[in-house]
Amino acid sequence: MSRYFTRLKKRRVYSWIGRPSTIDRKLKHVFYEGLCIKTDGNANTGCIRPGHYILIEGDEDRSYVAKLLKLYDDGTGTRSSKHAEVQWFVRFHEVPQNKRKQLGRDPHPNEVFLYEIPNCDSDIDAETIITTVQVQHLEEDSPFPAAQSQENPLYVKLSWDGKNFSPVNLDLLLQSGGKPMLPASSHTDSLPKPDLEVSRGLAVDSPSRPTRSARQQHSSTSKYSQSKELSDRQPSNVISTPTARKKLQLSNSVKPPGSKLTRDDVLAELLDEDRAVSSLEAEVTRRRAVASKPSSSPSKKPRDLCIRLSPIRGGQITQDHQLANRIQIGPRLQPEELVKRTLKRESGAESTEGETPSKRKDSIKKDAPLDILIEDGGEAGGPVVTMTPRSRRKSAQVSSARIRQQLNYLNRNQSTDFDVDDDEEDVFLPTKKDLRSSSEEESESESESESESVTGRRGSRSAVPRTPRSSRKAPSRTPAKTPNKTPRRTPSKTPVPRTPRTPRHATPSIPSRTQPARKPGNVLEEARARLHVSSVPESLPCREQEFQDIFNFVESKVMDGTGGCMYISGVPGTGKTATVHEVIRCLHHAAEQDELPSFCFIEINGMKMTEPHQAYVQILQMLTGQKATAEHAAALLEKRFSTPAPKRETTVLLVDELDLLWTRKQNVMYNLFDWPTHRQAKLVVLAIANTMDLPERIMINRVASRLGLTRMSFQPYSYKQLQQIITSRLNRVRAFEDDALQLVSRKVAALSGDARRCLDICRRATEICEFSSQRSGSGLVAMSHVMEALDEMFSSPYITAIRCASVQEQIFLKAVIAEFRRLGLEEATFQQVFRQHLALCRVEGLSSVCMSEGLATCLRLGACRLLLLESSHRDLHLRVRLNVSQDDVLYALKEG
Amino acid sequence: MLRERFCHQKIPGKPFGVESQHKIFNICSTHIRMEDDSNANVLVPSHDKAIPGDRSSSRPVVFILDEFDLFAHHKNQTLLYNLFDVSQSAQTPVAVIGLTCRLDVLELLEKRVKSRFSHRQIHLLSSFRFKQYLEIFKMQLSLPEDFTDRRFAEEWNQNIKSLCEDRSVEDVLQKHFCSSKDFRSLHMLLMLALSRVTVSHPAIKPTDLLEASRLCTMDSKANILHGLSVLELCLIIAMKHLSDIYDGEPFNFQMVHNEFQKFIQRKSHSVHNFEKPVVIKAFEHLHQLELIKPMEGPSVRTQKEYQLVKLLLDNSQIMDALQKYPQCPTDVKQWATSAFG
Repeated sequence: MSRYFTRLKKRRVYSWIGRPSTIDRKLKHVFYEGLCIKTDGNANTGCIRPGHYILIEGDEDRSYVAKLLKLYDDGTGTRSSKHAEVQWFVRFHEVPQNKRKQLGRDPHPNEVFLYEIPNCDSDIDAETIITTVQVQHLEEDSPFPAAQSQENPLYVKLSWDGKNFSPVNLDLLLQSGGKPMLPASSHTDSLPKPDLEVSRGLAVDSPSRPTRSARQQHSSTSKYSQSKELSDRQPSNVISTPTARKKLQLSNSVKPPGSKLTRDDVLAELLDEDRAVSSLEAEVTRRRAVASKPSSSPSKKPRDLCIRLSPIRGGQITQDHQLANRIQIGPRLQPEELVKRTLKRESGAESTEGETPSKRKDSIKKDAPLDILIEDGGEAGGPVVTMTPRSRRKSAQVSSARIRQQLNYLNRNQSTDFDVDDDEEDVFLPTKKDLRSSSEEESESESESESESVTGRRGSRSAVPRTPRSSRKAPSRTPAKTPNKTPRRTPSKTPVPRTPRTPRHATPSIPSRTQPARKPGNVLEEARARLHVSSVPESLPCREQEFQDIFNFVESKVMDGTGGCMYISGVPGTGKTATVHEVIRCLHHAAEQDELPSFCFIEINGMKMTEPHQAYVQILQMLTGQKATAEHAAALLEKRFSTPAPKRETTVLLVDELDLLWTRKQNVMYNLFDWPTHRQAKLVVLAIANTMDLPERIMINRVASRLGLTRMSFQPYSYKQLQQIITSRLNRVRAFEDDALQLVSRKVAALSGDARRCLDICRRATEICEFSSQRSGSGLVAMSHVMEALDEMFSSPYITAIRCASVQEQIFLKAVIAEFRRLGLEEATFQQVFRQHLALCRVEGLSSVCMSEGLATCLRLGACRLLLLESSHRDLHLRVRLNVSQDDVLYALKEG
Repeated sequence: MLRERFCHQKIPGKPFGVESQHKIFNICSTHIRMEDDSNANVLVPSHDKAIPGDRSSSRPVVFILDEFDLFAHHKNQTLLYNLFDVSQSAQTPVAVIGLTCRLDVLELLEKRVKSRFSHRQIHLLSSFRFKQYLEIFKMQLSLPEDFTDRRFAEEWNQNIKSLCEDRSVEDVLQKHFCSSKDFRSLHMLLMLALSRVTVSHPAIKPTDLLEASRLCTMDSKANILHGLSVLELCLIIAMKHLSDIYDGEPFNFQMVHNEFQKFIQRKSHSVHNFEKPVVIKAFEHLHQLELIKPMEGPSVRTQKEYQLVKLLLDNSQIMDALQKYPQCPTDVKQWATSAFG
């Protein structure tokens, strides 16, 4: 959240252009023809007029695309008095994940969709407009044009109405805009067109990071598209840059302690170096990133490198140190690679047409810049050029390996070379960085934090099922790139997706069965299958009222796009979770039928996590696919739910077994119930627990108050309801006699009203029936079978156990009772009982047993919990108590 | 003759080894039954063989949780909850089988876990009678048909058969049966008897069994008493008197020493008057043998002489031991039997 605001703080000055064109007197709205945006530190101003396509600040640092329809002032004169009406476009990743498949093809990275959901809030604060963007309409079946220039326009082919993709009605598009699409050139004029370099450099902070990491798990094909997308957003970042540094620092602080290690590991792995050295190397990496920046300066001379470099160094650390670093840097980090990039960059920037891989290869061969680089180091450090042979060799190896990888990478991507081009361009970012911020120090810290965030990137990568070794070959992981790439790919947000260093992404799976499962063969089996708890009935009988209440609650919230909490309680087996699921199913259905805005449903279960704070992680993962530490996930969610996002769909969160989310400070519960109170969150929380008074009992006031009073309690089923449940489940499969059903349901209702129990008994009864009917009888489950099943489940095993015990054990039990009677207490020591035991043995005419045997007997009884014993090291003085009632023991022994 | 003897030499070695292997095998194969002797319940929480498997193509998984009761002590019982929950959901067909010897295991389950448990219990109780016990005994000892040395196997089996008919053997088994129907204890008995089988002693004799039974039912503490010195025995007797007088209240060394002094001064003719440090040493030895047990933990620092202890022997045990104690001085015996020190 704080990050978001920091972004706002960057000064953009908005002012109206010209005089009001029209005035709506009723609303006191004053319409203008254009908006002028002036950015701090940038002399240029940009003008936006209705009909332009614009980028708008979005949540999670994504910018939104929209077409400006109207500009007006509501006349209040406050800061937010400037308004704009827009026609939204959505990017592919803004489409709900479950609907993405409907596109039926891979989206073009620059593709946007006309957003045609009618009730969407199209009125925005004009001051959230970032810049203009170029959007082109394409026929549905026409191919996407290859990028002709560095700046790729966005393409519109289809529209998205929340359910389906459909071809864009061009008329609509035109009419809504009032003006035809602007040619690319036109807005370059009107806006402070960011220098290409700048924009690309800025892309470092491109806001799309969270999404990206989520998508990382997709196939590698999307990688290019991602990079493409990044470049789309260049303009948007231009203006936002001044804060970039801040954001990054923030991210640093957020980063958990483990991050450093990870980064080091990665580096160590890549460079085949000692771990001890690795942190130094990290440092070095950073330094190099700084060093490389100057090459992006307009002059684009490698020479610049050193010139710019020295002040930075001087400012930071002692010269010696610097030199040492420098030496290591040079060889280890492949200056050639760096320079190669630089060169490539130059050529790329100069030539507008897409660069072919071959060209690049050429440039690789130019190793002159490398020399210069090293020379630079020498210059700066004087005689420092004393590189150890070892490091040199190593670096040579590494660098050659990298070049190989690079070539591999290029070859592989030849087919999509314009993408590659982009990618490559993007990769080489540090060059542009310093343009962004005027002060060297700033850039220094920036690059530092950026290289810090390498880890984040890495981590997210490792989620891809690859072993670290093999992953080296993966283009995106090429070591040479990492230092460069990371800064741009990892914005402040990203430290999140770090899986705890599990390189292998093993998806647990269960082998498929060798034989297909048997189909129910007869009525009883059929009944049994239907009675299994897992088989979801078509409807949930006897919970109509509760269903309706929950349904109404959720539906209204989804309709209004607001949030809310509901607490659902009830003893186990009363259908709480099932009912909620049923509600969600119906709502989903309604959403499909267009009766309801779509929403996403997330379920967490307190029992299914090891620790309450895991809840954040799970929610985040289900919401966005990101992985993060609990702490960070909490921060991300907090931000997500507290920033406005007009297009966000409502989230319905089911929290099962709420009581297990209890922590001492109750912050998990607090957050869960606090988020829905944010207006923008659009979060509906359904909390389920067993006890009705949970809020009062365990929650502190501020949590309970946020939970609110929307409560619902599920009463245990009555016998009639249970009967109805079974009947509805059986659904005319005639397997039970009516009396039998009645008996089961009455029995269960009297005990607990637990439907699960009821179903279990019925299933058992069918088994018994099947077994007995093999010999004789009808196929129907009769009273006797149910009785037997009930007996099995409810009869206490103690009496049978006592009857089956050995003679000595029985005598011991008698002795225990005798001793209890003598003492008038319910507790005796073993010594006392044993005396009784010996006496009883004499009475019974059995040979007496010794103490050791007696103790063994006693302990055996203790093991099966007929007796409750202290731990046996107390020996003679161990206290004995009965775990069964005396009457039961006597009864069992009398019969026996 | 020679050959016969050779045969003898060769074979008795075998049954010994083979027999024990045989036994181990039996233990394995009758594992479930073993448990039935120890009163185990096999809980079959969810038996999902009838799960609508058509839609789930995954292979059913059976989880066997031995010592099931201990899983119930895990934090929040999350493992059980999740296993049961899976078994109750339409996911992978899963059967969870918990084995435990506790009869009250269901009471350990949390209510939401309990609700998901299928409440299907199988109690394996040893409800057999002595006749079946004899059968088991015979079965356990008999050699299989396909034993390498057929002649020996026949002889051996014949011997076992006659063993079963022997009166004294039956008595031993009866006694054993009375004390425990456990398979494990029977195996213990048989193992002891079997270990007496050697080359020169190729078959189990009733006396072997008797001896084994004697070993099994021996009182371990009384045995320890036999190995004590007279001084230590005297201390034990002093402690016995103290426990009698104070009705089981704990006592300390000083009290025991006083009691001992009284005995020495008044009645003793044969027992030497030991120095106090020697007596303390003897007292500590008894402590090491765990015949006496300090009331407080070792952390409580009190002077050794005044540390409260309790006697871990019953009067009957002491008297028995005294009877059997070799060359026990008569005055000591008398002192022990006298009501008051």
